[in-house]
Amino acid sequence: MIVKMPFMPVKFNLQKRVKLAQGLWMIYWLSVIVGILIFSLGIFFKIELRKRSEMMDSNESHLVPNLLILVGLMACGLNAFGGKVCHDSLDPMKFAKWKPMLRSYLLLCCGFNGLLLLTAVLCFLMQFAVYLTLAEGLKNSIKFYKDTDTPGRCFMKRTLDMTQIEFRCCGNNNFRDWFEVQWISNRYLDMSNDLVKDRVLSNVEGKYLMDSVPFSCCNPGSPRPCIQHHLTNNSAHYDYDHRIEELNIWTRGCREALFSYFSSMMNSIGMLILATIILEVRLHPQHTTMEDPENPECESDGWLLEKGVKETFGELFSKMKILGKKNQVDEGGDAEATT
Amino acid sequence: MLLKIKFSQQRRVHLAQGLWLLSWMAVMWGVIIFCLGVYLKTELLRRAEVMDNTEIHVVPNILMMVGLASIGTNWVASRACQDSLDATRFPRWKVFLLAWFAVAAVLCCLLIAVVVLSYALQGSLEESLKVGLRNGIRFYKDTDVPGRCFQKETIDRLQMEFRCCGNSNFKDWFEVQWVNNRYLDFTSKDVKDRIRSNVDGRYLLDGVPFSCCNPASPRPCLQLQLTDNSAHYNYEYQSEELNLYSRGCRQALTDYFMELMNSTGPGVLSVVLIQLSVCLSLRYLQTAVEGAMALEDPEGDSEGYLLEKGVKETIEDLKANALKMLKFGQVDPNAAEGSSEAADAEKAEKTASPTPAS
Repeated sequence: MIVKMPFMPVKFNLQKRVKLAQGLWMIYWLSVIVGILIFSLGIFFKIELRKRSEMMDSNESHLVPNLLILVGLMACGLNAFGGKVCHDSLDPMKFAKWKPMLRSYLLLCCGFNGLLLLTAVLCFLMQFAVYLTLAEGLKNSIKFYKDTDTPGRCFMKRTLDMTQIEFRCCGNNNFRDWFEVQWISNRYLDMSNDLVKDRVLSNVEGKYLMDSVPFSCCNPGSPRPCIQHHLTNNSAHYDYDHRIEELNIWTRGCREALFSYFSSMMNSIGMLILATIILEVRLHPQHTTMEDPENPECESDGWLLEKGVKETFGELFSKMKILGKKNQVDEGGDAEATT
Repeated sequence: MLLKIKFSQQRRVHLAQGLWLLSWMAVMWGVIIFCLGVYLKTELLRRAEVMDNTEIHVVPNILMMVGLASIGTNWVASRACQDSLDATRFPRWKVFLLAWFAVAAVLCCLLIAVVVLSYALQGSLEESLKVGLRNGIRFYKDTDVPGRCFQKETIDRLQMEFRCCGNSNFKDWFEVQWVNNRYLDFTSKDVKDRIRSNVDGRYLLDGVPFSCCNPASPRPCLQLQLTDNSAHYNYEYQSEELNLYSRGCRQALTDYFMELMNSTGPGVLSVVLIQLSVCLSLRYLQTAVEGAMALEDPEGDSEGYLLEKGVKETIEDLKANALKMLKFGQVDPNAAEGSSEAADAEKAEKTASPTPAS
């Protein structure tokens, strides 16, 4: 005969139950605040992605911030409900109306924890997607920098300039990316000039290439006024050696700068979600002790699971099998009925 | 009696409760005022390098002081009204409350002074910025002089953040040498010409630093040879608007700080209103409770008022009290004179009285 042994039993008298209910109520409301925090972080992340969407070709995936917003709202709702139940748990009459819902609430909480885990994992994994999107997006941004007269792209120059100034970066990998594209619009090039004609003829695609960078690459911390043009030509500037000059323009590439910004944001959000999971999991054992208010004054047992772990899972599986068989039986019944 | 209102016990209790809530709200507003003061001071300190004097700092200093004082006074008010319904504890507040009213009046005056000052000091702020920016632009090139080596970075970041160029406009850069001599090739003809073209031997350019460049311009930034139309293709100096920032940094910074101070205006005025209402409510509560304590039935109706006599009479009373207090300081000489005068008067009477007899 298998003895029905509860999993991790604890003895509770009335006073302990009251203290437990109070502590639990505090934790529930703390979780609501954490839920609000996750919700606002989701909105913040969404806004940041929108702000930089031009740098990512508007291709960025909004899966993570949307999931965060959903999870934040769910956390608020579930934990507020839990707090209310906890508040009523010491009053047998009020608690009676909540009792039937408790089982389904616990299941919902388990599902919610699974969703939290998924969100945390996505926070860490989606960084790769962000990196690739940034690489592609920045390449195109640099290509379209000069198109200030093309509708739909006329603000690319301003956006890229502001990004380079704000994130203290230059180009995609580094400043040499600017040497490979024409970043001056043809409207401002004097095509009758010999110098211009030479440069345009010097490459297959007829692009006006220079060893210069836009002004937004300039580093204000440099002791000398910014050298933007003829960067690789030491003789063009007095007392200048391009191999040892470090402070003149930003040496970091914008892909690295933007990626480290987003990755630190996603890492901290992921950490917060893991902490939330730990907080939520702590709450579950306490639920079951609330299920015995009939004899308020006596000692009661609290437990984590009603039967042992193996037995609980065994029951779950047999329940699922029965459900499956029920479906088959119905079909079989229909088939019999039709024949 | 000025503005008297009848208070039943019920009404007194409600007044005390309402006043308690109002005073805690006033404490919260005091905290907000303090934080506003701290924020304003931080912003002014951040830009202290381009300001010549610190006269404008009086505004955030007063805000912080008043914020702290308001927290204290309103907390005292909440304690007073907690004790007001307890007949044994309220009498000891009598003297404190007089002082409290004086302090609250001073706070209200200071708050109104802050609003007035924030408008009045605009001229002083502009002057301070004018001198500070002029020096900043002059010392821009001195990146090798200790104490001034970060001037370049400060001015560059300022121009980029506030989207401005120069002191009044970008032409201020034409009048100073902003390229350090270390980076000038003195053997070059161009450099020698420019240096000889002015009395002080400075290398002057019609060019501006890169931080003046406007990212919204459709064409890549033109920094040098700005007044020379032929130096750049399709360029006309007089009609070019988007190339550089057209606003001067003095104007930009003044606008920024004025906006900051003006936005604190409504907050400050609402604190004045709340403080006044706390004052009035506390006065009514004090007089109503004192009236009730003087009655045979402490739970009966009493009258609350603002001033016991009319305004004129109260002022005359105050004057008389003040003079009395001043006279107390001169008690001894007056008493001595008084007694000698009395003695003389007595003597005169004595000498006068026998004469009719004789």
